Amino acid sequence: MRSVLPVLTVIAALLALWYIAVVPMNAARAVEQAARSDVTLGTADLIRATMDMERPRLPSPHQVFAELWDSTVEKKVTSKRSLVFHGWITLGATLWGFALGVSLGIALAVGIVYSRVMEMSVMPWAVISQTIPIVALAPMIIVLSSSVGIEGRGVPKAIISAYLCFFPVLVGMVKGLRSPDQMQLDLLKTYGASGAAVFWKLRLPSSVPYLFTSLKIGIAAALVGTIVGELPTGAIRGLGARILIGDQFGNPIMIWSALFAAAILAGALVTLMSLLQSVTLKRMGMAR
Amino acid sequence: MTVIEAKSLDLTFQTNDGPVHALKGVDLQIGKGEFVSFIGPSGCGKTTFLRCVAALETPTGGSLTVNGMSPDEARRSRAYGYVFQAAGLYPWRTIARNIKLPLEIMGFDRAAQERRVDEVLKLVDLEGFGSKYPWQLSGGMQQRASIARALAFDADILLMDEPFGALDEIVRDHLNEQLLALWARTEKTIGFVTHSIPEAVYLSTKIVVMSPRPGRITDIIDSPLPKERPLDIRDTPEFLAVAHRVREGLRAGHAYD
Repeated sequence: MRSVLPVLTVIAALLALWYIAVVPMNAARAVEQAARSDVTLGTADLIRATMDMERPRLPSPHQVFAELWDSTVEKKVTSKRSLVFHGWITLGATLWGFALGVSLGIALAVGIVYSRVMEMSVMPWAVISQTIPIVALAPMIIVLSSSVGIEGRGVPKAIISAYLCFFPVLVGMVKGLRSPDQMQLDLLKTYGASGAAVFWKLRLPSSVPYLFTSLKIGIAAALVGTIVGELPTGAIRGLGARILIGDQFGNPIMIWSALFAAAILAGALVTLMSLLQSVTLKRMGMAR
Repeated sequence: MTVIEAKSLDLTFQTNDGPVHALKGVDLQIGKGEFVSFIGPSGCGKTTFLRCVAALETPTGGSLTVNGMSPDEARRSRAYGYVFQAAGLYPWRTIARNIKLPLEIMGFDRAAQERRVDEVLKLVDLEGFGSKYPWQLSGGMQQRASIARALAFDADILLMDEPFGALDEIVRDHLNEQLLALWARTEKTIGFVTHSIPEAVYLSTKIVVMSPRPGRITDIIDSPLPKERPLDIRDTPEFLAVAHRVREGLRAGHAYD
Protein backbone atom coordinates (compact mmCIF):
# COMPACT_ATOMS: atom_id res chain seq x y z
CA MET A 1 0.00 0.00 0.00
CA ARG A 2 2.88 2.37 0.72
CA SER A 3 3.85 2.33 -2.95
CA VAL A 4 0.42 3.54 -4.08
CA LEU A 5 1.04 7.16 -3.18
CA PRO A 6 4.29 7.62 -5.16
CA VAL A 7 2.78 5.80 -8.15
CA LEU A 8 -0.29 8.02 -8.13
CA THR A 9 1.89 11.09 -7.67
CA VAL A 10 3.91 10.27 -10.79
CA ILE A 11 0.75 9.64 -12.83
CA ALA A 12 -0.78 12.92 -11.63
CA ALA A 13 2.41 14.80 -12.48
CA LEU A 14 2.51 13.31 -15.99
CA LEU A 15 -1.16 14.19 -16.59
CA ALA A 16 -0.59 17.73 -15.34
CA LEU A 17 2.42 18.12 -17.63
CA TRP A 18 0.34 16.83 -20.52
CA TYR A 19 -2.53 19.28 -19.85
CA ILE A 20 -0.08 22.16 -19.54
CA ALA A 21 1.51 21.22 -22.87
CA VAL A 22 -1.88 21.09 -24.61
CA VAL A 23 -2.42 24.86 -24.30
CA PRO A 24 0.62 26.18 -26.23
CA MET A 25 0.47 23.31 -28.72
CA ASN A 26 -3.11 24.09 -29.76
CA ALA A 27 -3.37 27.83 -28.99
CA ALA A 28 -2.40 29.11 -32.45
CA ARG A 29 -4.97 26.93 -34.16
CA ALA A 30 -7.68 27.80 -31.64
CA VAL A 31 -7.08 31.52 -32.18
CA GLU A 32 -7.16 30.97 -35.94
CA GLN A 33 -10.47 29.13 -35.73
CA ALA A 34 -11.95 31.81 -33.49
CA ALA A 35 -10.83 34.54 -35.85
CA ARG A 36 -12.49 32.77 -38.76
CA SER A 37 -15.83 33.02 -36.94
CA ASP A 38 -15.07 36.58 -35.80
CA VAL A 39 -14.74 35.79 -32.12
CA THR A 40 -12.03 37.14 -29.84
CA LEU A 41 -11.09 34.72 -27.09
CA GLY A 42 -10.31 35.60 -23.49
CA THR A 43 -7.61 33.61 -21.72
CA ALA A 44 -10.05 31.27 -20.02
CA ASP A 45 -11.96 30.69 -23.22
CA LEU A 46 -8.74 30.05 -25.12
CA ILE A 47 -7.62 27.43 -22.62
CA ARG A 48 -11.02 25.79 -22.74
CA ALA A 49 -10.93 25.79 -26.52
CA THR A 50 -7.49 24.11 -26.68
CA MET A 51 -8.75 21.28 -24.51
CA ASP A 52 -11.57 20.17 -26.77
CA MET A 53 -10.50 20.75 -30.35
CA GLU A 54 -11.76 18.48 -33.06
CA ARG A 55 -8.34 18.17 -34.74
CA PRO A 56 -5.81 19.21 -32.13
CA ARG A 57 -2.07 19.07 -32.66
CA LEU A 58 -1.88 17.54 -29.19
CA PRO A 59 -5.11 16.00 -27.93
CA SER A 60 -5.81 16.44 -24.24
CA PRO A 61 -5.82 13.38 -21.96
CA HIS A 62 -9.58 13.24 -21.47
CA GLN A 63 -10.09 13.26 -25.25
CA VAL A 64 -7.72 10.33 -25.66
CA PHE A 65 -9.31 8.35 -22.86
CA ALA A 66 -12.81 9.09 -24.15
CA GLU A 67 -11.75 7.82 -27.57
CA LEU A 68 -10.10 4.77 -25.98
CA TRP A 69 -13.30 4.04 -24.06
CA ASP A 70 -15.45 4.60 -27.11
CA SER A 71 -13.36 2.42 -29.41
CA THR A 72 -12.96 -0.47 -26.99
CA VAL A 73 -16.02 -0.75 -24.76
CA GLU A 74 -18.71 1.01 -26.81
CA LYS A 75 -17.91 -0.49 -30.23
CA LYS A 76 -18.64 -4.09 -31.14
CA VAL A 77 -15.37 -6.05 -31.24
CA THR A 78 -16.04 -7.03 -34.85
CA SER A 79 -16.28 -3.38 -35.90
CA LYS A 80 -13.46 -1.92 -38.00
CA ARG A 81 -13.47 1.01 -35.58
CA SER A 82 -12.90 -1.15 -32.52
CA LEU A 83 -9.45 -1.04 -31.01
CA VAL A 84 -10.10 -4.48 -29.55
CA PHE A 85 -10.42 -5.77 -33.11
CA HIS A 86 -7.21 -4.07 -34.24
CA GLY A 87 -5.40 -5.01 -31.05
CA TRP A 88 -6.41 -8.62 -31.62
CA ILE A 89 -4.90 -8.56 -35.14
CA THR A 90 -1.67 -7.07 -33.77
CA LEU A 91 -1.60 -9.49 -30.85
CA GLY A 92 -1.92 -12.49 -33.18
CA ALA A 93 1.00 -11.43 -35.36
CA THR A 94 3.00 -10.52 -32.25
CA LEU A 95 2.55 -13.96 -30.72
CA TRP A 96 3.46 -15.74 -33.96
CA GLY A 97 6.51 -13.53 -34.35
CA PHE A 98 7.41 -14.07 -30.69
CA ALA A 99 7.16 -17.85 -31.04
CA LEU A 100 9.26 -17.76 -34.20
CA GLY A 101 11.85 -15.38 -32.71
CA VAL A 102 12.16 -17.29 -29.44
CA SER A 103 12.62 -20.62 -31.24
CA LEU A 104 15.19 -19.08 -33.56
CA GLY A 105 17.00 -17.36 -30.67
CA ILE A 106 17.18 -20.55 -28.60
CA ALA A 107 18.27 -22.69 -31.55
CA LEU A 108 21.02 -20.25 -32.52
CA ALA A 109 22.16 -19.93 -28.90
CA VAL A 110 22.52 -23.71 -28.57
CA GLY A 111 24.49 -23.77 -31.84
CA ILE A 112 26.74 -20.94 -30.70
CA VAL A 113 27.44 -22.47 -27.29
CA TYR A 114 28.32 -25.85 -28.77
CA SER A 115 30.13 -24.80 -31.93
CA ARG A 116 33.06 -22.44 -32.14
CA VAL A 117 32.49 -22.21 -35.91
CA MET A 118 28.92 -21.08 -35.38
CA GLU A 119 29.97 -18.57 -32.77
CA MET A 120 32.44 -17.01 -35.21
CA SER A 121 30.10 -17.12 -38.21
CA VAL A 122 26.64 -16.39 -36.76
CA MET A 123 27.20 -14.03 -33.83
CA PRO A 124 28.56 -11.08 -35.87
CA TRP A 125 25.58 -11.29 -38.24
CA ALA A 126 23.16 -11.42 -35.36
CA VAL A 127 24.68 -8.22 -34.00
CA ILE A 128 24.71 -6.54 -37.42
CA SER A 129 21.08 -7.52 -37.98
CA GLN A 130 20.07 -5.35 -35.03
CA THR A 131 21.83 -2.26 -36.38
CA ILE A 132 19.70 -2.12 -39.53
CA PRO A 133 16.63 0.08 -39.02
CA ILE A 134 13.64 -2.22 -39.10
CA VAL A 135 11.59 0.49 -40.84
CA ALA A 136 13.90 0.19 -43.84
CA LEU A 137 13.69 -3.57 -43.84
CA ALA A 138 9.95 -4.01 -43.29
CA PRO A 139 8.75 -3.04 -46.79
CA MET A 140 11.36 -5.35 -48.35
CA ILE A 141 10.18 -8.28 -46.26
CA ILE A 142 6.58 -7.60 -47.31
CA VAL A 143 7.47 -7.32 -51.00
CA LEU A 144 9.62 -10.45 -50.83
CA SER A 145 6.98 -12.52 -49.05
CA SER A 146 4.24 -11.50 -51.49
CA SER A 147 6.53 -12.25 -54.44
CA VAL A 148 7.04 -15.80 -53.20
CA GLY A 149 3.27 -16.12 -53.09
CA ILE A 150 2.41 -15.59 -49.41
CA GLU A 151 -1.06 -14.08 -49.14
CA GLY A 152 -1.92 -11.43 -46.61
CA ARG A 153 0.15 -9.52 -44.08
CA GLY A 154 0.20 -12.06 -41.25
CA VAL A 155 3.37 -13.90 -42.23
CA PRO A 156 5.58 -10.92 -43.13
CA LYS A 157 4.44 -9.13 -39.97
CA ALA A 158 5.39 -12.15 -37.88
CA ILE A 159 8.78 -12.30 -39.61
CA ILE A 160 9.47 -8.62 -38.87
CA SER A 161 8.41 -9.13 -35.29
CA ALA A 162 10.61 -12.24 -34.97
CA TYR A 163 13.51 -10.28 -36.45
CA LEU A 164 13.35 -7.87 -33.53
CA CYS A 165 12.74 -10.35 -30.74
CA PHE A 166 15.17 -13.20 -31.53
CA PHE A 167 18.19 -11.13 -30.52
CA PRO A 168 17.57 -10.62 -26.79
CA VAL A 169 16.66 -14.29 -26.54
CA LEU A 170 19.85 -15.29 -28.35
CA VAL A 171 22.07 -13.17 -26.12
CA GLY A 172 20.33 -14.22 -22.91
CA MET A 173 20.40 -17.91 -23.78
CA VAL A 174 24.08 -17.88 -24.76
CA LYS A 175 24.84 -16.37 -21.38
CA GLY A 176 22.47 -18.76 -19.61
CA LEU A 177 23.75 -21.92 -21.28
CA ARG A 178 27.28 -20.86 -20.40
CA SER A 179 26.43 -19.98 -16.80
CA PRO A 180 27.42 -23.33 -15.17
CA ASP A 181 30.92 -22.97 -13.76
CA GLN A 182 33.86 -25.31 -14.31
CA MET A 183 33.22 -27.12 -11.04
CA GLN A 184 29.69 -28.05 -12.14
CA LEU A 185 31.02 -29.34 -15.45
CA ASP A 186 33.83 -31.28 -13.69
CA LEU A 187 31.28 -32.86 -11.38
CA LEU A 188 29.27 -34.21 -14.31
CA LYS A 189 32.51 -35.37 -15.91
CA THR A 190 33.28 -37.49 -12.84
CA TYR A 191 29.92 -39.22 -13.45
CA GLY A 192 30.95 -39.88 -17.06
CA ALA A 193 27.95 -37.84 -18.23
CA SER A 194 27.27 -37.61 -21.96
CA GLY A 195 27.00 -34.29 -23.79
CA ALA A 196 23.23 -34.71 -23.93
CA ALA A 197 23.05 -35.26 -20.16
CA VAL A 198 25.15 -32.13 -19.54
CA PHE A 199 22.74 -30.15 -21.73
CA TRP A 200 19.46 -31.44 -20.34
CA LYS A 201 20.44 -31.77 -16.68
CA LEU A 202 22.75 -28.80 -16.22
CA ARG A 203 22.96 -26.24 -19.02
CA LEU A 204 19.26 -25.96 -19.88
CA PRO A 205 17.92 -25.68 -16.32
CA SER A 206 20.69 -23.18 -15.48
CA SER A 207 19.60 -20.99 -18.38
CA VAL A 208 15.93 -20.68 -17.34
CA PRO A 209 16.28 -17.48 -15.27
CA TYR A 210 18.22 -15.89 -18.14
CA LEU A 211 15.59 -17.05 -20.63
CA PHE A 212 12.77 -15.32 -18.78
CA THR A 213 14.65 -12.04 -18.56
CA SER A 214 15.09 -12.26 -22.32
CA LEU A 215 11.46 -13.21 -22.90
CA LYS A 216 10.28 -10.06 -21.17
CA ILE A 217 12.41 -7.89 -23.46
CA GLY A 218 11.57 -10.11 -26.41
CA ILE A 219 7.79 -9.87 -26.15
CA ALA A 220 7.91 -6.07 -26.03
CA ALA A 221 10.27 -6.07 -29.02
CA ALA A 222 7.93 -8.42 -30.88
CA LEU A 223 5.01 -6.04 -30.37
CA VAL A 224 7.06 -3.08 -31.59
CA GLY A 225 8.13 -5.17 -34.59
CA THR A 226 4.55 -6.02 -35.46
CA ILE A 227 3.40 -2.40 -35.24
CA VAL A 228 6.35 -1.30 -37.38
CA GLY A 229 5.39 -4.06 -39.79
CA GLU A 230 1.90 -2.56 -40.03
CA LEU A 231 3.04 1.04 -40.42
CA PRO A 232 4.79 1.56 -43.75
CA THR A 233 3.03 -1.19 -45.62
CA GLY A 234 -0.44 0.10 -46.21
CA ALA A 235 -2.01 -2.40 -43.87
CA ILE A 236 -5.62 -1.63 -43.02
CA ARG A 237 -5.90 -3.75 -39.89
CA GLY A 238 -3.90 -3.67 -36.68
CA LEU A 239 -2.81 -0.97 -34.22
CA GLY A 240 -0.04 0.15 -36.60
CA ALA A 241 -2.60 0.62 -39.33
CA ARG A 242 -4.73 2.73 -36.95
CA ILE A 243 -1.75 4.97 -36.28
CA LEU A 244 -1.08 5.29 -40.01
CA ILE A 245 -4.73 5.99 -40.88
CA GLY A 246 -4.99 8.53 -38.06
CA ASP A 247 -1.94 10.26 -39.50
CA GLN A 248 -3.28 10.24 -43.06
CA PHE A 249 -6.67 11.60 -42.03
CA GLY A 250 -5.17 14.19 -39.71
CA ASN A 251 -6.78 12.67 -36.63
CA PRO A 252 -4.30 12.85 -33.71
CA ILE A 253 -6.88 11.54 -31.23
CA MET A 254 -6.99 8.29 -33.18
CA ILE A 255 -3.17 8.08 -33.23
CA TRP A 256 -2.90 8.69 -29.52
CA SER A 257 -5.58 6.22 -28.58
CA ALA A 258 -3.93 3.55 -30.78
CA LEU A 259 -0.59 4.36 -29.11
CA PHE A 260 -2.17 3.94 -25.70
CA ALA A 261 -3.79 0.69 -26.77
CA ALA A 262 -0.35 -0.55 -27.89
CA ALA A 263 1.22 0.52 -24.60
CA ILE A 264 -1.50 -1.23 -22.60
CA LEU A 265 -1.07 -4.37 -24.69
CA ALA A 266 2.73 -4.29 -24.19
CA GLY A 267 2.27 -3.81 -20.46
CA ALA A 268 -0.13 -6.75 -20.30
CA LEU A 269 2.24 -9.01 -22.25
CA VAL A 270 5.27 -8.14 -20.13
CA THR A 271 3.24 -8.66 -16.96
CA LEU A 272 2.14 -12.04 -18.28
CA MET A 273 5.80 -12.98 -18.85
CA SER A 274 6.69 -11.87 -15.30
CA LEU A 275 3.89 -14.00 -13.97
CA LEU A 276 5.05 -16.97 -16.01
CA GLN A 277 8.57 -16.37 -14.72
CA SER A 278 7.63 -16.35 -11.06
CA VAL A 279 5.38 -19.41 -11.43
CA THR A 280 8.07 -21.37 -13.30
CA LEU A 281 10.91 -20.44 -10.97
CA LYS A 282 8.73 -21.26 -8.00
CA ARG A 283 7.87 -24.66 -9.42
CA MET A 284 11.55 -25.28 -10.14
CA GLY A 285 12.32 -24.39 -6.54
CA MET A 286 14.54 -21.47 -7.50
CA ALA A 287 12.37 -18.73 -6.04
CA ARG A 288 12.74 -18.13 -2.34
CA MET B 1 46.02 -53.94 -1.11
CA THR B 2 47.01 -50.87 -3.10
CA VAL B 3 44.14 -48.83 -4.48
CA ILE B 4 45.93 -45.78 -5.83
CA GLU B 5 49.52 -45.97 -7.01
CA ALA B 6 51.57 -43.09 -8.47
CA LYS B 7 55.10 -43.62 -9.77
CA SER B 8 57.28 -40.59 -10.56
CA LEU B 9 54.16 -38.74 -11.66
CA ASP B 10 54.75 -35.46 -13.54
CA LEU B 11 52.28 -32.84 -14.68
CA THR B 12 53.49 -29.73 -16.44
CA PHE B 13 51.08 -27.02 -17.56
CA GLN B 14 52.16 -24.93 -20.53
CA THR B 15 51.25 -21.32 -19.80
CA ASN B 16 52.08 -17.99 -21.40
CA ASP B 17 54.70 -17.44 -18.70
CA GLY B 18 56.39 -20.73 -19.55
CA PRO B 19 55.90 -24.23 -18.16
CA VAL B 20 54.50 -24.68 -14.63
CA HIS B 21 55.49 -27.87 -12.85
CA ALA B 22 52.31 -28.65 -10.98
CA LEU B 23 53.55 -32.12 -10.03
CA LYS B 24 57.10 -33.45 -10.19
CA GLY B 25 58.23 -36.98 -9.41
CA VAL B 26 55.32 -37.87 -7.15
CA ASP B 27 55.57 -41.41 -5.73
CA LEU B 28 52.69 -42.54 -3.57
CA GLN B 29 50.81 -45.69 -2.62
CA ILE B 30 47.40 -45.59 -1.01
CA GLY B 31 46.03 -48.81 0.45
CA LYS B 32 42.42 -49.89 0.69
CA GLY B 33 40.51 -48.29 3.54
CA GLU B 34 43.15 -45.63 4.25
CA PHE B 35 42.26 -42.05 5.03
CA VAL B 36 44.92 -39.98 3.28
CA SER B 37 45.20 -36.21 3.68
CA PHE B 38 47.14 -33.99 1.32
CA ILE B 39 48.39 -30.84 2.98
CA GLY B 40 50.47 -27.96 1.71
CA PRO B 41 50.22 -24.35 0.63
CA SER B 42 48.44 -23.16 -2.51
CA GLY B 43 50.17 -24.31 -5.68
CA CYS B 44 51.75 -27.40 -4.14
CA GLY B 45 49.77 -29.68 -6.41
CA LYS B 46 47.56 -31.38 -3.82
CA THR B 47 44.36 -30.60 -5.69
CA THR B 48 46.05 -31.35 -9.01
CA PHE B 49 47.04 -34.79 -7.74
CA LEU B 50 43.45 -35.51 -6.71
CA ARG B 51 42.22 -34.31 -10.10
CA CYS B 52 44.70 -36.64 -11.80
CA VAL B 53 43.29 -39.56 -9.82
CA ALA B 54 39.81 -38.48 -10.95
CA ALA B 55 40.98 -38.21 -14.58
CA LEU B 56 40.08 -34.51 -14.61
CA GLU B 57 43.73 -33.77 -15.44
CA THR B 58 46.07 -35.86 -17.55
CA PRO B 59 49.60 -36.39 -16.20
CA THR B 60 52.44 -35.59 -18.60
CA GLY B 61 54.78 -38.22 -17.21
CA GLY B 62 55.08 -41.24 -14.91
CA SER B 63 52.31 -43.69 -14.17
CA LEU B 64 49.12 -43.57 -12.15
CA THR B 65 46.74 -46.44 -11.52
CA VAL B 66 43.43 -46.54 -9.66
CA ASN B 67 42.23 -50.03 -8.70
CA GLY B 68 44.91 -51.29 -11.09
CA MET B 69 43.32 -49.40 -13.99
CA SER B 70 44.02 -46.10 -15.69
CA PRO B 71 42.14 -43.18 -14.06
CA ASP B 72 39.86 -42.99 -17.10
CA GLU B 73 38.89 -46.65 -16.86
CA ALA B 74 38.47 -46.31 -13.12
CA ARG B 75 35.99 -43.48 -13.67
CA ARG B 76 34.01 -45.60 -16.10
CA SER B 77 33.85 -48.39 -13.53
CA ARG B 78 32.51 -45.84 -10.98
CA ALA B 79 35.56 -46.27 -8.75
CA TYR B 80 35.30 -42.91 -7.02
CA GLY B 81 32.99 -40.14 -5.87
CA TYR B 82 34.32 -36.59 -5.89
CA VAL B 83 33.42 -33.84 -3.41
CA PHE B 84 34.35 -30.30 -4.39
CA GLN B 85 35.09 -27.31 -2.19
CA ALA B 86 31.64 -25.86 -2.89
CA ALA B 87 28.64 -28.12 -2.41
CA GLY B 88 27.49 -27.28 -5.94
CA LEU B 89 23.97 -28.55 -5.44
CA TYR B 90 21.52 -27.70 -8.21
CA PRO B 91 19.18 -25.00 -6.88
CA TRP B 92 16.32 -26.37 -9.01
CA ARG B 93 16.50 -29.84 -7.49
CA THR B 94 15.52 -30.95 -4.01
CA ILE B 95 18.21 -32.59 -1.88
CA ALA B 96 16.88 -36.04 -2.80
CA ARG B 97 16.86 -35.23 -6.51
CA ASN B 98 20.37 -33.76 -6.23
CA ILE B 99 21.55 -37.06 -4.82
CA LYS B 100 19.75 -38.86 -7.64
CA LEU B 101 21.65 -36.86 -10.26
CA PRO B 102 24.60 -39.28 -10.63
CA LEU B 103 22.19 -42.22 -10.38
CA GLU B 104 20.07 -40.87 -13.26
CA ILE B 105 23.15 -40.30 -15.38
CA MET B 106 24.51 -43.76 -14.61
CA GLY B 107 21.17 -45.37 -15.42
CA PHE B 108 20.05 -46.80 -12.07
CA ASP B 109 16.38 -47.80 -12.08
CA ARG B 110 13.85 -45.85 -10.07
CA ALA B 111 13.54 -48.26 -7.18
CA ALA B 112 17.31 -48.42 -6.77
CA GLN B 113 17.48 -44.62 -6.89
CA GLU B 114 14.96 -44.24 -4.08
CA ARG B 115 16.65 -46.89 -1.96
CA ARG B 116 20.12 -45.39 -2.33
CA VAL B 117 18.93 -41.86 -1.62
CA ASP B 118 17.41 -43.08 1.64
CA GLU B 119 20.61 -44.94 2.53
CA VAL B 120 23.03 -42.09 1.94
CA LEU B 121 20.78 -39.48 3.57
CA LYS B 122 20.95 -41.66 6.67
CA LEU B 123 24.75 -41.94 6.35
CA VAL B 124 25.24 -38.15 6.41
CA ASP B 125 22.52 -37.59 9.04
CA LEU B 126 20.12 -35.74 6.76
CA GLU B 127 17.07 -37.97 7.09
CA GLY B 128 13.90 -36.01 6.48
CA PHE B 129 15.64 -33.32 4.46
CA GLY B 130 15.22 -35.04 1.09
CA SER B 131 12.34 -32.84 -0.03
CA LYS B 132 14.04 -29.57 0.95
CA TYR B 133 15.71 -27.29 -1.56
CA PRO B 134 19.42 -26.48 -1.09
CA TRP B 135 18.80 -22.86 -0.06
CA GLN B 136 16.71 -24.12 2.83
CA LEU B 137 19.80 -25.85 4.32
CA SER B 138 22.82 -24.40 6.14
CA GLY B 139 26.26 -24.46 4.50
CA GLY B 140 27.36 -27.46 6.54
CA MET B 141 24.20 -29.40 5.68
CA GLN B 142 24.66 -28.57 2.01
CA GLN B 143 28.18 -29.95 2.10
CA ARG B 144 26.90 -33.12 3.78
CA ALA B 145 24.32 -33.44 1.01
CA SER B 146 27.10 -33.15 -1.54
CA ILE B 147 29.00 -35.92 0.28
CA ALA B 148 25.81 -38.01 0.14
CA ARG B 149 25.66 -37.36 -3.60
CA ALA B 150 29.24 -38.61 -3.98
CA LEU B 151 28.41 -41.72 -1.95
CA ALA B 152 25.17 -42.47 -3.77
CA PHE B 153 26.58 -44.83 -6.40
CA ASP B 154 28.64 -46.69 -3.83
CA ALA B 155 32.14 -46.00 -5.12
CA ASP B 156 34.98 -47.48 -3.04
CA ILE B 157 37.03 -44.30 -3.16
CA LEU B 158 35.95 -40.87 -1.94
CA LEU B 159 38.03 -37.94 -3.22
CA MET B 160 37.47 -34.72 -1.29
CA ASP B 161 38.96 -31.40 -2.34
CA GLU B 162 38.88 -29.07 0.69
CA PRO B 163 35.25 -29.97 1.29
CA PHE B 164 35.02 -28.02 4.56
CA GLY B 165 37.30 -25.15 3.55
CA ALA B 166 34.48 -22.63 3.30
CA LEU B 167 32.88 -23.50 6.64
CA ASP B 168 33.51 -22.03 10.07
CA GLU B 169 35.58 -23.96 12.57
CA ILE B 170 32.73 -25.11 14.81
CA VAL B 171 30.78 -26.61 11.93
CA ARG B 172 34.03 -28.01 10.61
CA ASP B 173 34.82 -29.87 13.85
CA HIS B 174 31.36 -31.38 13.79
CA LEU B 175 31.67 -32.46 10.17
CA ASN B 176 35.13 -33.91 10.77
CA GLU B 177 33.70 -36.07 13.53
CA GLN B 178 30.84 -37.19 11.31
CA LEU B 179 33.20 -37.91 8.44
CA LEU B 180 35.31 -40.19 10.64
CA ALA B 181 32.19 -42.03 11.74
CA LEU B 182 31.07 -42.38 8.13
CA TRP B 183 34.50 -43.65 7.13
CA ALA B 184 34.48 -46.22 9.93
CA ARG B 185 31.05 -47.46 8.87
CA THR B 186 31.65 -47.62 5.12
CA GLU B 187 35.36 -48.59 5.05
CA LYS B 188 35.93 -46.41 2.02
CA THR B 189 39.32 -45.21 0.88
CA ILE B 190 39.40 -41.44 1.27
CA GLY B 191 41.70 -38.87 -0.34
CA PHE B 192 41.28 -35.55 1.41
CA VAL B 193 42.85 -32.23 0.45
CA THR B 194 43.15 -29.59 3.19
CA HIS B 195 44.96 -26.45 4.30
CA SER B 196 44.48 -27.20 7.97
CA ILE B 197 47.11 -29.07 10.00
CA PRO B 198 44.74 -30.05 12.87
CA GLU B 199 42.15 -31.27 10.36
CA ALA B 200 44.72 -33.39 8.51
CA VAL B 201 46.12 -34.91 11.70
CA TYR B 202 42.71 -35.51 13.25
CA LEU B 203 41.27 -37.33 10.23
CA SER B 204 44.08 -39.21 8.60
CA THR B 205 45.81 -42.54 8.79
CA LYS B 206 48.38 -41.12 6.39
CA ILE B 207 49.38 -37.49 5.87
CA VAL B 208 51.07 -36.43 2.65
CA VAL B 209 52.95 -33.15 3.07
CA MET B 210 53.55 -31.29 -0.19
CA SER B 211 55.37 -28.14 -1.27
CA PRO B 212 55.18 -25.92 -4.33
CA ARG B 213 57.42 -24.95 -7.30
CA PRO B 214 57.61 -27.69 -8.39
CA GLY B 215 54.70 -29.48 -6.70
CA ARG B 216 56.21 -32.44 -4.85
CA ILE B 217 55.91 -34.59 -1.75
CA THR B 218 58.23 -33.61 1.10
CA ASP B 219 57.04 -36.06 3.75
CA ILE B 220 54.64 -38.96 4.17
CA ILE B 221 53.54 -39.55 7.76
CA ASP B 222 51.77 -42.71 8.90
CA SER B 223 49.70 -41.61 11.83
CA PRO B 224 50.21 -43.50 15.11
CA LEU B 225 46.81 -42.35 16.38
CA PRO B 226 44.16 -45.03 17.05
CA LYS B 227 41.22 -45.41 14.69
CA GLU B 228 38.80 -44.36 17.42
CA ARG B 229 39.27 -40.58 17.73
CA PRO B 230 37.18 -38.37 19.98
CA LEU B 231 37.62 -34.63 19.33
CA ASP B 232 39.73 -34.17 22.50
CA ILE B 233 42.41 -36.46 21.08
CA ARG B 234 43.71 -33.21 19.66
CA ASP B 235 45.12 -32.29 23.09
CA THR B 236 47.17 -35.48 23.49
CA PRO B 237 51.00 -35.47 23.11
CA GLU B 238 50.76 -38.05 20.28
CA PHE B 239 48.51 -35.74 18.28
CA LEU B 240 50.76 -32.74 18.90
CA ALA B 241 53.82 -34.74 17.89
CA VAL B 242 52.25 -35.60 14.53
CA ALA B 243 51.13 -32.00 14.02
CA HIS B 244 54.68 -30.88 14.81
CA ARG B 245 56.11 -33.25 12.21
CA VAL B 246 53.64 -31.94 9.60
CA ARG B 247 54.71 -28.40 10.37
CA GLU B 248 58.37 -29.40 10.07
CA GLY B 249 57.61 -31.01 6.71
CA LEU B 250 55.94 -27.86 5.46
CA ARG B 251 58.92 -25.78 6.64
CA ALA B 252 61.40 -28.11 4.97
CA GLY B 253 59.58 -27.59 1.70
CA HIS B 254 59.97 -23.83 2.08
CA ALA B 255 56.21 -23.74 2.16
CA TYR B 256 56.21 -20.63 4.32
CA ASP B 257 58.08 -18.51 1.76
